[in-house]
Amino acid sequence: MALLDIDEKILGVAAIADIAFWPIAVDTKLKDVEAMPDKSITLTLYNGAIRNSENEHVAKLLRQKSALVVAFGSCACFGGIPGLANVTNKKDLQDYVYNKTFTSVNPQGTIPQPKWDGPEGELTLPVMYDTVLTLEDVIDVDYFMPGCPPTTDQINGFLDVVTKHLTEGAALPPKGAVIASQKTLCDECGRTKEVTTIDKIVMPYEIKIDPKKCMLEQGIICLGPATRAGCGAKCLEGNQPCRGCFGPTAEVLDQGGSMLSALASIFKTADNETQLSEDEILELMTQIKDPLGTFYAFTMPKSIIKRKVKEKKAVTQ
Amino acid sequence: MSTQQGTSPAAVTATTEGQFEPKIIAFCCNWCSYAGADLAGVSRLQMPTNFLVLRAMCSARVDPEFVLRAFAKGADGVLVLGCHPADCHYIGGNYRTRRRIALLKMLLEQYGLDPDRLHLEWVSASEGVKFQSTIKDFTEKIREMGPNPLKEAEEESARVQGEPHH
Ligand code: SF4
Ligand code: SF4
Repeated sequence: MALLDIDEKILGVAAIADIAFWPIAVDTKLKDVEAMPDKSITLTLYNGAIRNSENEHVAKLLRQKSALVVAFGSCACFGGIPGLANVTNKKDLQDYVYNKTFTSVNPQGTIPQPKWDGPEGELTLPVMYDTVLTLEDVIDVDYFMPGCPPTTDQINGFLDVVTKHLTEGAALPPKGAVIASQKTLCDECGRTKEVTTIDKIVMPYEIKIDPKKCMLEQGIICLGPATRAGCGAKCLEGNQPCRGCFGPTAEVLDQGGSMLSALASIFKTADNETQLSEDEILELMTQIKDPLGTFYAFTMPKSIIKRKVKEKKAVTQ
Repeated sequence: MSTQQGTSPAAVTATTEGQFEPKIIAFCCNWCSYAGADLAGVSRLQMPTNFLVLRAMCSARVDPEFVLRAFAKGADGVLVLGCHPADCHYIGGNYRTRRRIALLKMLLEQYGLDPDRLHLEWVSASEGVKFQSTIKDFTEKIREMGPNPLKEAEEESARVQGEPHH
């Protein structure tokens, strides 16, 4: 879809390229791709996280048939918002959807099976995975183009580079390059920063947001300090805080950890700081209601811990 | 995009067959707690040997990423030790640390880990005995908690991924 956002430029793409496989726009079947010689597709823009066996199969097939593979968009790069499903697991999800919702009536406890022997022969469904994976988890990826969605500038810029490479032999970016900026979003954001501290976190609807001032300094959680620049601070322009769709900056592995650090540092120290107990500090930090969902909204499968686990022994809740 | 690197805390202690030996990473700030650990050492105070000390210039230098990586690489517990409030060599480093650790605990809990696997303690250069008791108590607590579930989760999820029926 993001590709269609490049408007009439898409015609230029059609002029230089044959589209081999684009399920939402072009009616090619997987078996047509299977019949193609290896590496015969110049460029694959793969979007979406890896959530089931079919996703993995298509990713591997396209890798085999393509010279270049780009993880296109935040889901392919980091798991994206669907990656937040890693706070649960396949069993609990299926159980909820088929048995526990308000409208579920399922006395036999039927859930989809990946295989069924019917009179027509064996029917199959993709196997859903327990953990949402990123594209890089299952295949070798040449480039990463983050963004939810990637911007037209990123797409056009990259397509120009590939076109130049094909027509004039110009060099491609180094393998593994992220098609975005090397800087932090705050660097790109035009809001004024006064390096002040805060004592309170607020939700965007609770205050009248000053459109000129840094969101964080107004007490609104903005993932700018932990997010890679490249979008032109689009959300900030619309007076919305950044939610981090461009993923971590070049220097860090864990976007959430990096945001946690930034957010903890912007809190004012109290006058009676030395008298505060660790419990009181914890109380202060519980203003941040859902650290995992906030700091890793787009990157949980790419985070250091990646998914929720279970302690053997019952834990203190 | 880089992948995770570094040495595994698996090397910290040799595990005796069958019995769970916690692996503990203790980040010590250079000015107070590292000196406290040193004092405990030269005073020949007895304590379990399940821990590995990593010296940081300040407890605030302990990036949340270090803590998350320690757990991801198999540490069963992580200690962050710094100067007492008002004693930070860099004035307010430890005030940041305590806010971060509080948030990190909330985060670990959301990831399903027992937040008590992470512990912050203030240990000054003269508190060799406090260093000893912190190590002792924490090791005991982690021993009771059992192994870090992250390792097992990795194997479990690899198994369930490939399984045709749930
Ligand atoms: S925190 Fe958000 S609002 Fe503040 S400078 Fe960074 S991107 Fe802009
Ligand atoms: S401001 Fe943040 S959330 Fe919005 S587009 Fe840019 S990176 Fe994505």
